[in-house]
Amino acid sequence: MVNRVVTGAHYGLRDWVMQRVTAIVMATYTVFIAGWFLLHSGAGYEAWTGLFANNVVRSFSLLFLLSVYGHAWVGMRDIVMDYIKLAHLRLAIHVAVILALIMYLIWSVQILWGF
Amino acid sequence: MNTNRPKHLELQHIKFPLPAIVSGLHRISGLLLFLSLPLLLWTLQYSLRSIETFTLLSSILQSPLCKLFFTGVLWAFLHHLCAGIRFLAIDFDIGVKLPQARASSKWVLIVSLTLTLLIGVRLW
Repeated sequence: MVNRVVTGAHYGLRDWVMQRVTAIVMATYTVFIAGWFLLHSGAGYEAWTGLFANNVVRSFSLLFLLSVYGHAWVGMRDIVMDYIKLAHLRLAIHVAVILALIMYLIWSVQILWGF
Repeated sequence: MNTNRPKHLELQHIKFPLPAIVSGLHRISGLLLFLSLPLLLWTLQYSLRSIETFTLLSSILQSPLCKLFFTGVLWAFLHHLCAGIRFLAIDFDIGVKLPQARASSKWVLIVSLTLTLLIGVRLW
């Protein structure tokens, strides 16, 4: 038996799975919203807010946005790790991306439950 | 490192294979989508908040610059979605061989551009 010593931060598989699970959630939501637009072409404010007045739709929308932010974090982190060589700058961008995504999450709850 | 290895940097002859282009565009479109998040959230907020903000938003969206922006976001989204589905299929060992991988990357470009064109025409 090869006694393989695994090193590193061990988040590879977890993030690989997360990227795919969030992708499937987002693709499903896209089909749902695209279907709604196809059935309600030319819908106005009443129909649009009527859709989001439904708590299931609100929750599904928040799940979608949560998936967007998780997916964006993994993607942005990979891009920054690949191209930004200066450690200080890299760390600063990581922090900025995380803070922005957390703000977007708070904002998303306010948008979906605030009308 | 062996520094005497052969080099081939004739830029007229070096060409990215199609799957590499699709993969690179997946990354670029993802970055563009991330950067456009605040504007998209703002759009969602104005579309829901009240009939006044909804009407204001509809008039703002009439400007060609806005339509150009949303067409760009639409392409980025559709390309990212199509290329993502392709990557998921490859995860399941579907289309891993070179001819199929080349064909599917061609289809990703065709489908995302066609859908962008179809929805874009309605937008404009």
